[in-house]
Amino acid sequence: MRYCIKGGEIVNPAGEFSGIGDVLVDSGKVLAIGRDLPIEDAEIIDAKGKIVCPGFIDLHTHLREPGREDKETVLTGTRAAVRGGYTAVACMANTQPVADNRVTIEYILKKASEAGYARVYPIGAITKELKGEELAEMGDMAAAGAVAFSDDGKTLTNPSVLRSAFEYAKIFGLPLLLHVEDPILAGTGVMHEGYWSTVLGLSGIPSIAETVMIGRDIKIAEYTGGKVHFCHLSAAGSAALIQEAKKRGVQVTAEVTPHHLSLIDEDLQGYGSAYRVSPPLRSAEDRDALQKALRDGTIDAIATDHAPHTLEEKHREFPLAVTGMTGLETALGIVWTELVVPCKLSPAQLIEKLSVNPARIINQPGGRLQPGDPADITVFDPTQEWEVKAEEFASRSNNSPYIGRKLTGKVVTVLVGGEIKFCNEKFAE
Amino acid sequence: MVKLPKDILGLRDLSPEQIQMILESATSCKDIFKRDIKKVPTLRGKTVVTLFFEPSTRTRTSFEIAAKWMSADAVNLTVSSSSVAKGESFVDTAKTIEAMGVDVIIIRHALAGTPKLLADSVRSHVINAGDGAHEHPTQGLLDMFTMQEKLGRIAGLKVLIVGDIMHSRVAKSNIWGLLKMGAQVSVCAPPTMIPPGIESLGVKVETNLDKALAETDVVNILRIQLERQNKASFPTLKEYSRLFGVNEERLSKARPDLLVMHPGPANLGVEISEAVSVCNQSVITEQVTNGVAVRMALLYLLTGGGNQDAILH
Repeated sequence: MRYCIKGGEIVNPAGEFSGIGDVLVDSGKVLAIGRDLPIEDAEIIDAKGKIVCPGFIDLHTHLREPGREDKETVLTGTRAAVRGGYTAVACMANTQPVADNRVTIEYILKKASEAGYARVYPIGAITKELKGEELAEMGDMAAAGAVAFSDDGKTLTNPSVLRSAFEYAKIFGLPLLLHVEDPILAGTGVMHEGYWSTVLGLSGIPSIAETVMIGRDIKIAEYTGGKVHFCHLSAAGSAALIQEAKKRGVQVTAEVTPHHLSLIDEDLQGYGSAYRVSPPLRSAEDRDALQKALRDGTIDAIATDHAPHTLEEKHREFPLAVTGMTGLETALGIVWTELVVPCKLSPAQLIEKLSVNPARIINQPGGRLQPGDPADITVFDPTQEWEVKAEEFASRSNNSPYIGRKLTGKVVTVLVGGEIKFCNEKFAE
Repeated sequence: MVKLPKDILGLRDLSPEQIQMILESATSCKDIFKRDIKKVPTLRGKTVVTLFFEPSTRTRTSFEIAAKWMSADAVNLTVSSSSVAKGESFVDTAKTIEAMGVDVIIIRHALAGTPKLLADSVRSHVINAGDGAHEHPTQGLLDMFTMQEKLGRIAGLKVLIVGDIMHSRVAKSNIWGLLKMGAQVSVCAPPTMIPPGIESLGVKVETNLDKALAETDVVNILRIQLERQNKASFPTLKEYSRLFGVNEERLSKARPDLLVMHPGPANLGVEISEAVSVCNQSVITEQVTNGVAVRMALLYLLTGGGNQDAILH
């Protein structure tokens, strides 16, 4: 099938062409990109007034399959992905059973290929059963298609195990994606420690629970020469440590979620458990520092930490509710509304954070529209206002605090491998 | 006309006018105590349930007596924490109680915010009888009522709260209520028991008890929760007592008319000496009495409506 995505504003910071133009797609690849391309027999996708960019790549998705298909499946999760403009998602290893072995990695890939929506890049566990004790079979998982390793959801507390993991992962050149929160400092905390934890009487997780681990892990990465990527930064001090490490030449990258860029501890005022996430939403100063770190390049990527949960596990006493919110379908709207509209981030910077840099971090194709590249393309309307509605989620879960909010910026058309997977709120069959 | 919200979840949510109205109604309710027959028909036909997820004798009994003296039907429900562990849904429990036609649910829960979840789930009025380290609004009200009764005012008073401010819902409700009513509030505790951002509430923080006591009109002494010792907030009870215990020697250096309060139950010899707890300046037992009056007032205002005189008929 041949398509011509015509007359859109092409935002393509890693490619040679940006600006008003056309993208010609044939046989799953970008055939040509430029002004007034000959259409020939191509089917036209009118992109006038829209932004055309390389498809978004999420470094941090929980697809929940295998094990918690009541929350999400590879099918529903990848449908949610394309509805949010994501052409690829890297899925975390904390499934049941844990993705700490080749069979589970292969199972996820098989499910993804059956689903046929977004590309799925499985992340293998660093340690067996995420216990933080013995290394998982990284080589076997890498051979099966794992793109990185992570014990996400749990902090690797034993520094000696982490050291071994960095050293061992060097064989494959794959990064470790680290969830960093000192469990002892975090204690029984359920929200950011500060003025609002005092007002609400909820026990706090101090920001040092994150920063001390980042400081430690940067040192271990630097010592071993390993590649480290920090998941979902929440604290201002974390960004400062990463900036310093980057200056020294440590192989470090980092991500931040749309919710940590837009929500703060004060939003927990009504004890809404939809706001309970790990790491917690922090202060306005932390949020502002994260926005700044994203802008100045200290933070490389925006990742969703899409964490679907059932109503039963979420609609309950705040400290007993599970942590996490869904994110794939709201990410673009949130960051466009909160960062691009108020000119805190340019459209080109946004595409770097959503597509270019994630592809680079896990060393996968995508993130660029250049003749010969896979035609993973997202078209979105930067001016369309829409309201987030629970019943419209493609995800199996709807634990999102953004329900009821009006956002600007809506995904219109998504191509994966040159095929239309999502167009005007309809999915390809 | 001043009206109360549907639920009383914390004093942070109330205006000074609303607090004033509750305190005035409590004065009327307290008049009933002087009668031979302490029962008025005001809340006849209303049902009040105390739903306690944490053991408590004082607060629960106080609410029960308040409800009974107002002729409401009072039902006690103590839910063991084990049923929570069993995975019984709180929202389900709440809906079940509401379905029985209950007018007021009084809830105590170890987890902050649970009364809010209850209030959002049911149409019945909800009164928070203490939730985690969040608020204990009726304790805050009865403390203010006692200060008003003994000292004739709240505005301009200097009130010192001593003890584990971090984990204390009593401290929180006192702070919100007193600040709204124009008092000056200080807290005194080891820094390990001072929650972050407390100054932003408008509270002065002091770590030297003698210095703090010297300038104060009222001292409200919080119970040291012995079970929290493992939190490493202080080395030993002996050291805590030496640095932060209110004893006769300390009291002798304070103002002679200093009012001594304690929400109870006290660890005598730890945060307060037995002698201080029973001295002339101590109003600890009056606090308990006033608790019934304040709770009667709240039940009346939430369910009965506006007319002050109606309480007494």
